[in-house]
Amino acid sequence: MLPLKEKDKPVVQKLLSSGCCARCVLRFCCVLVQSLYRQPGEDESEEGTRTATEQSDDPPKKRMKLDDGLKGSEASAGSGDAEAPPAPALSHCVVCLGVLQEYCSRDHARKVAEAVKTEDYHFETILLSVSLPAQLCVREHSCWLHVKKEMREKVMTRVKDDIVPLKEAFKWSVQGLIATELGESFWRESRCIEESIIFPTLSSDCLLLVPSWFRCISIGPQCSDVFLLVHNVEIVSYCPPHGFRHYPTPPGRPTSICTSQAIQCLHTSIYVAGRYNKYSRSLSQTPWIIDGRRMMESSVEELIAEPLASSFRSKGFNFSSSGREDVDVRTLGKGRPFAMEMLNPHRYRFTKMEMKKIQETINTSSDKIAVRDLQIVTRECMGHMKEGEEEKTKSYTALVWTQKPIEKDDIIFLDDIKELTLDQKTPLRVLHRRALAVRQRVIHSMNASFRDPHHFYLRLKTQAGTYIKEFVHGDFGRTKPNLCQLLKMDTDILELDVEVGNCGTSYFQKGNPGKSTGSMTRIVQLGLDFSGDFPRLDVENVIFFFSFQKTRLKQYT
Amino acid sequence: MMWNGENQPPGPSVIERYFTRWYKADVKGQACEDHCILQHSNRLCVLTLAETHPILQDGRTIKNINYKISNGCSRLNNKVAGKSKRGGQFLTEFAPVCRITCTDETEYTIYSCMRGRLLEVNEDILINTSLLLKKPSTDGYIAVILPKFEESKLVGENLLSREDFEAVVSKRAADVQAQPS
Repeated sequence: MLPLKEKDKPVVQKLLSSGCCARCVLRFCCVLVQSLYRQPGEDESEEGTRTATEQSDDPPKKRMKLDDGLKGSEASAGSGDAEAPPAPALSHCVVCLGVLQEYCSRDHARKVAEAVKTEDYHFETILLSVSLPAQLCVREHSCWLHVKKEMREKVMTRVKDDIVPLKEAFKWSVQGLIATELGESFWRESRCIEESIIFPTLSSDCLLLVPSWFRCISIGPQCSDVFLLVHNVEIVSYCPPHGFRHYPTPPGRPTSICTSQAIQCLHTSIYVAGRYNKYSRSLSQTPWIIDGRRMMESSVEELIAEPLASSFRSKGFNFSSSGREDVDVRTLGKGRPFAMEMLNPHRYRFTKMEMKKIQETINTSSDKIAVRDLQIVTRECMGHMKEGEEEKTKSYTALVWTQKPIEKDDIIFLDDIKELTLDQKTPLRVLHRRALAVRQRVIHSMNASFRDPHHFYLRLKTQAGTYIKEFVHGDFGRTKPNLCQLLKMDTDILELDVEVGNCGTSYFQKGNPGKSTGSMTRIVQLGLDFSGDFPRLDVENVIFFFSFQKTRLKQYT
Repeated sequence: MMWNGENQPPGPSVIERYFTRWYKADVKGQACEDHCILQHSNRLCVLTLAETHPILQDGRTIKNINYKISNGCSRLNNKVAGKSKRGGQFLTEFAPVCRITCTDETEYTIYSCMRGRLLEVNEDILINTSLLLKKPSTDGYIAVILPKFEESKLVGENLLSREDFEAVVSKRAADVQAQPS
């Protein structure tokens, strides 16, 4: 027994005579029982048997009339009936244009399920979303006005908002069917795929409305797209009845109907985080492309993303890291934290072992980067990446060239400098894309170690955001004080390495000028700290680092 | 910047790494008043005196540097805001940037030599004029100018490359020698 009351009867009759389908009638009568929207052929009989045993407020006589009425509606709409073959002569609903008719059938549900299965997703839940043509808003509003017109005399306890929205009705009708085909349940959970069924936009109805709207609405067409205007259902309801005079109420018989244009599947993103080290002096963090031409072979994000994308079977990604370094600067130490959003992954469940394996793949795929602590994380982590960037302390190691020979006093002088405040004008090399300003940055401490009369290694601990290169060569004197001024000679920076993350106490050994320092000291100078703060330094990384270092330094000896 | 002998760095200097040198010789018809524009690979330009400029010759010292070029215009009032550097004074090739008076009463005007927006003038040389004399190509720069994006590749069109400039300088020296004393 459908929960339709006596007062609904004239409404039902009006709608049926205008050419509405059964489900649209239910919508306009604000029937909220979801099960009724499924195949009436099946559910209606269930309902009938169920309510026959229940008590109903309506007297039996009236019940019969409504049943007849609705049975009649089924006959006239000729849809939703499992036995009736789909014929081109079917009259389509003037409001939903067929969306709530043949697209709520088991066949269509099967088609949708097929689309999901062919993509071979792993997922837990499904969210169904529908994109409907703009003109359905217009037709619905027109039907509503038609109903309202006739009901003016009677008490109208309903407002337009009470009408069940088309999208909701569609989902109620179809969700269950799709779920059965796929064997899943519809809940809102994080790891779900979103399926959109898109129906194309049909133009004629909207264009009829355009002149009256532009007079009614003082907002004015901010968007030139009429369809965008119509999609805003509020505008449709703001439009007073007389604005609708160019449009027939009830809506006219459709000349074309809705067809399903596409079934798209989209999995919610998976977030992966870790830390990366960069060992190359010719690798940018993101792809470096000028005028469509690639300037550099690859990039940090691409090297990390490739193995991830193939394991997760995702087509796109968003890379975010806690700060970045120049192309010619190496990232040593613990590594820089990064997070990656894998878009539309086909697979999302990975065990710790599998993640370790992916990490290994990344590390063996290239000697330019290394990744550690690779793990799946929540979406909030992407935001955390940028937090606290300003408060951090950074450690750098620079290879400095000097014009005049270095004296022992110079080394002592630099070592003694603590908490030196710099005034740095925006460096020329970034001034084209950053505002001109003077930034105060603090160098907390420095340690110099002699290499040869014209070269020394300078280890610095600075405030985040300090431009080290400009401190060393002075940037046309726009960074004050700078190393040239401090040492009273021309200096230039040849190499720079950065160590991200807290370093704790640094183990540092000052080499004697004139004596070549042993390999142990060299490693320490370049950032590997063997004190307690590096519990996770893998043996493999250390050995790798040693061997790499030897190759690099050969060029300068 | 000229590096000599053992004091050479193992690779190119900052200027050589990032900048292209463009020269304008005999600016405004004044003999030997040569300017040098250092154009960064990111299109920013630094206006400097070429090493052949009279101010840098004959042991001159500077009495005064004045960025006020007229009653209504001082380059010191230049203010730029934001990433797009709005508000900077727009310069054409012959816009004066500053006037320098030396202790021997010779006066020179330094011109922009390029079209673009003035980003900053070097105020350090007002305090410490020796910067201009000792390091004209780096710490003693005159101004930083940003050409329009579409014009950035045209900066060097009306200027001389390093080789062409050296040819001009050599020719000058030859002409001087050829003149009867």
